[in-house]
Amino acid sequence: MAASTLEIKDLHVEIEGKEILKGVNLTINGGEFHAVMGPNGTGKSTLASAIMGHPKYEVTQGKVLLDGEDVLEMEVDERAKAGLFLAMQYPSEISGVTNSDFLRSSINALRGEGNEIPLMKFIKEMDEAMDYLEIDKNMAQRYLNEGFSGGEKKRNEILQLMLLKPAIAVLDEIDSGLDIDALKVVSKGINKLRGEDFGCLIITHYQRLLDYITPDKVHVMMQGRVVKSGGPELAKRLEEEGYDWIKEELGIEDETVEQEA
Amino acid sequence: MAVETKLPYDKQYVTQFSEGRGEPDWMKNFRLEALEQAENLPMPKPEKTKIDKWNFTNFTHHVSGDKVDSIDELPDEIKAFFNEDKSKNVIIQRNHSVAFSSVSETLTDKGVIFTDIQTALHEHPDLVKKYYMRDAIKVDDNRLTALHAALLNGGVFVYVPKNVVIEDPLQVVFWQEDDEAALYNHVLLVADQGSEVTYVENYISQNTEKQSVANIVTEVVALDQARVSYGAVDNFATGTTTYVNRRGVAYRDAKIEWAIGQMNDGNTISENVTNLMGDNSYAEAKAVSVGRGDQKQNFVANITHFGKFSEGYILQHGVMKDDANSIFSGIGKIEHGAMKSDAQQESRVLMLSQGARGDANPILLIDEDDVTAGHAASVGRVDPVQLYYLMSRGISKAEAERLIIHGFLNPVVEQIPIEAVRKQLTQVIERKVN
Repeated sequence: MAASTLEIKDLHVEIEGKEILKGVNLTINGGEFHAVMGPNGTGKSTLASAIMGHPKYEVTQGKVLLDGEDVLEMEVDERAKAGLFLAMQYPSEISGVTNSDFLRSSINALRGEGNEIPLMKFIKEMDEAMDYLEIDKNMAQRYLNEGFSGGEKKRNEILQLMLLKPAIAVLDEIDSGLDIDALKVVSKGINKLRGEDFGCLIITHYQRLLDYITPDKVHVMMQGRVVKSGGPELAKRLEEEGYDWIKEELGIEDETVEQEA
Repeated sequence: MAVETKLPYDKQYVTQFSEGRGEPDWMKNFRLEALEQAENLPMPKPEKTKIDKWNFTNFTHHVSGDKVDSIDELPDEIKAFFNEDKSKNVIIQRNHSVAFSSVSETLTDKGVIFTDIQTALHEHPDLVKKYYMRDAIKVDDNRLTALHAALLNGGVFVYVPKNVVIEDPLQVVFWQEDDEAALYNHVLLVADQGSEVTYVENYISQNTEKQSVANIVTEVVALDQARVSYGAVDNFATGTTTYVNRRGVAYRDAKIEWAIGQMNDGNTISENVTNLMGDNSYAEAKAVSVGRGDQKQNFVANITHFGKFSEGYILQHGVMKDDANSIFSGIGKIEHGAMKSDAQQESRVLMLSQGARGDANPILLIDEDDVTAGHAASVGRVDPVQLYYLMSRGISKAEAERLIIHGFLNPVVEQIPIEAVRKQLTQVIERKVN
């Protein structure tokens, strides 16, 4: 698989009639790790959800292209088949469906009919990935996310990421609610995927995740837009100085999307 | 409202029928008294379900079925209920007679009785008499229970002696091969003190055109410290109107666990009542159902606490599609004096179409202060956010819905201890929801 490119162009998104994203532009190439940072309420998670096609978010303007194909015209499952993945901040709990059945259904859906993964191969891959992420094996037989702790849910998202091997992954606050050990394990899983064919958009409002996953590019979101981009040094400066200097520089008083531009 | 249910089966018929089966006199008299009572008793009054147009009278009462020498001689749809390494403890009832039965010597040596009800009335009349329609259900509960007692034409008797633990499940298939044969079926299961048993039954018919009636009563008596796990899958076809009443009585430290797949395609009244008589007794009533077409169904799950420290847990999950209409009532009742008891319940209905209707009625009736109780109820569509989550991994919308629905009905499927029955139930669900 050749490296993919995800292009987000002038993206405007509403939720329940209220505009949250007000023209986001970003391009992520295979092989690159991008971090999107910013304080709470600036539209970061909306960006992730809109890319994947969450039913509550309405795109009113702009484009999302994956290798030139219009992602926004695709059903959610088609987006996944095209190579997108979103590690969700709040993954759904699905009672009665075991984690392993779900994983196998997902892998088979992506591989397509007639090309299903042999059961033993699946079990081997799942076991290896679970070991790598230090996940208790009984999680395979538990119902999907039901009764999982916050940390277990995050690890389970990364487990899916490792098994589904997307071209471009968006990780929505994958670090929230994780203690330092869990954070290290989750980062280890993400770093393992680094390579020419894998691009990643990491959404976080803590710099600490970036101590373990070094981004190639860092973007800051405020008021529903990307207001500043830079290299890893931008994340370092944010860690040391916070966001105020950016607000000052750009003349922003309230960084949230509540503020009409 | 009185419903006319004049039957072509009178005193003379019942007398001859009982004598023809060589029943003891007490049983004959029991039937005749019940027949007399039936005339004056009211029909059951299921909440919010009108049953006055339902067929309770149009059926044939007695049809026998051919015997077979082995399960392999049966048609595929019946064979499907049995594991490859066939269980040794099996009864297959075909219409109103036994087509096949087998009980392992290990069980008979321990004094376990696992036989059809007619044989039990011959061989163990006193034991049957001691429990039959006494503790768990009364003849005069309503007109249909009285008619049941009068017209009984099939069923199974299970007795597990004191402290006997049966490892493998006992398996019964009630096969209504004849399209018009009514089933007045009675399962009486008595688990004596300290015993343990798992029982699994399937009801099946294929009468999509012809009309018939199923009037089923189950009684489970769990004496002190007994444990009974009872799995059932009801799968009567469109032509059968079903009245099914499963009752349990749990004495001190006893435990009854019900797992019922309510997969009928015809109109159905289903009641499942467990009385927790003894201190520290426990009951779990899990039932799942799928409604389709224009069928109307009414499900009641009731656990009533008399004993102190008793625990009851009700779970009802229903999927409704097409123009199906179902009412689910969960009743947790705690009687005065049942201190430190806990009554919990959950009723959820998933609607798959505009025309479907489903009501969940959680009811807690509590006459004691020192208890805990809780309920959860919901009626709604498949959660779009759950669909989104599954689809975001490449799973198609149809497959995502399928996974969610099967997951929703899984609490009963996973409890069925016989793999073949579990598979068959999954297939029935698959057929019904697609």
